[in-house]
Amino acid sequence: MKRFQKITERLIEAIFTVSGALTSIVILLIVVFLFKEGFGLFNSPSIESGYTLCVHANNNVEKLSVNEIKKIFDSEIENWKEVGGSDAMIQTFRFDEIFNLYTDTEFGNDYELLPQKLGEVIKNEPNIIAYLPQKYAPTGMKDVKILSTEKIKVTDFFGGSEWIPTATPAPLLGVLPLVLGTLLVSLFAILFALPLGLGVAIYLSELASERSRKIMKPTIELLAGIPSVVYGFFGLVVLVPLIQKTFHLPVGETALAGSIILAIMALPTIITVAEDAMRNTPSAMREASISLGASQWQTIYKVIIPYAMSGISAAVVLGIGRAVGETMAVLMVTGNAAVMPSSLFESVRTIPATIAAELGEAPAGGTHYQALFLLGCILFFITLLISITAELIAKNNINKGT
Amino acid sequence: MNKRTNQIIAFLFFKMLGFLVVGILIWILAFILYNGISVISWDFLSTAPSEGMTSGGIFPAIVGTLYLVIGSIAFAFPLGVMSAIYSSEYAGKGWIVKFIRIMTNNLASIPSIVFGLFGMALFVNTLEFGDSLIAGSLTLGLLVLPLVIRTTEEALKAIPTSMRTASLALGATKLQTISRIVLPMAFPNILTGLILSIGRVSGETAPILFTVAAYFLPKLPESVFDQVMALPYHLYVVATSGTDIEASRPIAYGTAVVLIAIILVMNILVNILRSYFTKKLKSN
Repeated sequence: MKRFQKITERLIEAIFTVSGALTSIVILLIVVFLFKEGFGLFNSPSIESGYTLCVHANNNVEKLSVNEIKKIFDSEIENWKEVGGSDAMIQTFRFDEIFNLYTDTEFGNDYELLPQKLGEVIKNEPNIIAYLPQKYAPTGMKDVKILSTEKIKVTDFFGGSEWIPTATPAPLLGVLPLVLGTLLVSLFAILFALPLGLGVAIYLSELASERSRKIMKPTIELLAGIPSVVYGFFGLVVLVPLIQKTFHLPVGETALAGSIILAIMALPTIITVAEDAMRNTPSAMREASISLGASQWQTIYKVIIPYAMSGISAAVVLGIGRAVGETMAVLMVTGNAAVMPSSLFESVRTIPATIAAELGEAPAGGTHYQALFLLGCILFFITLLISITAELIAKNNINKGT
Repeated sequence: MNKRTNQIIAFLFFKMLGFLVVGILIWILAFILYNGISVISWDFLSTAPSEGMTSGGIFPAIVGTLYLVIGSIAFAFPLGVMSAIYSSEYAGKGWIVKFIRIMTNNLASIPSIVFGLFGMALFVNTLEFGDSLIAGSLTLGLLVLPLVIRTTEEALKAIPTSMRTASLALGATKLQTISRIVLPMAFPNILTGLILSIGRVSGETAPILFTVAAYFLPKLPESVFDQVMALPYHLYVVATSGTDIEASRPIAYGTAVVLIAIILVMNILVNILRSYFTKKLKSN
């Protein structure tokens, strides 16, 4: 009996130990899976998967970059000379156009003659560039050359200033507008929230009567619990029209609306952390300051705030962390235009909003899908960095206290 | 004199800030309650949406959220409590505890949309659950895990060491001490963690976007591999898309009211439990 009890006890201890490692395991899994899905991106061809680009065999262009492909099909590059070929006008050809040239019956019952017809088109037009599904590409013919396409480059992804993942033939996956959009919205959110939050923290920790504290603290805590989609809805029905009217804008869905909503959402975090830091100031320091003849206000801004500085910094960092990762509220009020942000009064799109808006439409395993997972990786590392920074700052504070 | 006027001005300013912020918060709550309360009726709560989300109720969304709460809590609560027991009762004070705590904090700081991506990659695609109640519940469960761990740890820490040593001195084993002394005493405060998690789970949208949420699904789920509707996602789609946004506004307000009501009730419960817990600790 006693032995049995001992064995159960050991077993349960072992279970506790395993659960102790749980959070570490989850973080590890998150890293593994985000990277597994995301990092295939740099092994994918830069044009849409399942498609190829064909030119005439006499064309001496061997390779085109993503930007060149995009410009050719947008008619911004019109001459082969501009991409290193001979002096001739470029003829673009998309797969659909074949159906204007031939009738359905000419392709055979099962479209088995389709590649041959495509080959004829290319053979007859030496300056053509054809964007075709791999399945029907006339690969065996001697007049046709398949252009080798580059893989998606790391520099294009991190340095690219255009995010048009659905563009054909080559999707543009530059994350700069999204990263800058995220930073713009988050930084302004903190700029709005910090003075307010700090003021309220000072009021709550130093000035408020016990009664007002008892009312205000739970209200602020309640606010931290309201779902972000409710804030987003409030922003949509109140803030967006308000901004549109006040600033006479064509649309109210702007970076400003996102910043204000995020500021409101970050307030509870900032207030709670900063207030804790100020309350932890030893009363000996307050008393010393007052006894030297300083007023209460002088004590606050010359003794308590400097003492609580690292706690306040931690509050700021945590507030930024909350703002950077916030998805739904931002998605609902910023308008989501994926362009380089230039002012607060324009529509922007943040990283989380991009993932939320586009993942549903991106086919699993495709380049767009992989790019969204890479965005998730970026977001993960930004917030991890922020969390560790806050941790270090807070640790600093503890060391000083002892 | 100068010192005094400075102080009066500064204090007045801070007081105004305090009231301003609380005012904004109350304005948001009041605005939504004011516009939405008239929508709430028994019919609204007990019927399915109809006519392209412009009329009818939100019953399937309420049931879906309820299932998601049950599923995620059933997964996260026992695991979180066990994890907290390990780090506060067994792990000692070395680097292991520090490491675990840092990891828990990091997990808490990961944005919910990243959990959504992860849930989609692991549960929906790799384990092939598809968009399903189980995938959504597990994803939400991971999301609230740090919350459960933290609150449980706080609760365990609040129990005086003398209780443990007294129990051990009477010949109880460590496990007996934990299961008969520490856990029952800490129970009300552990419960606050549970309630906070319920509030959090019922309001999260981003993690369920790609793991479980359905745009419109009039029938209730029959197995854990079915999709469900959920309140926060319902509010999102009703507010931003749909055939007739103006006509579906009342539905959106009503859904927002239900969400806020859930959070309010949970917060009140937490406050009651907390004061009960402090009283109980004092009387011991």
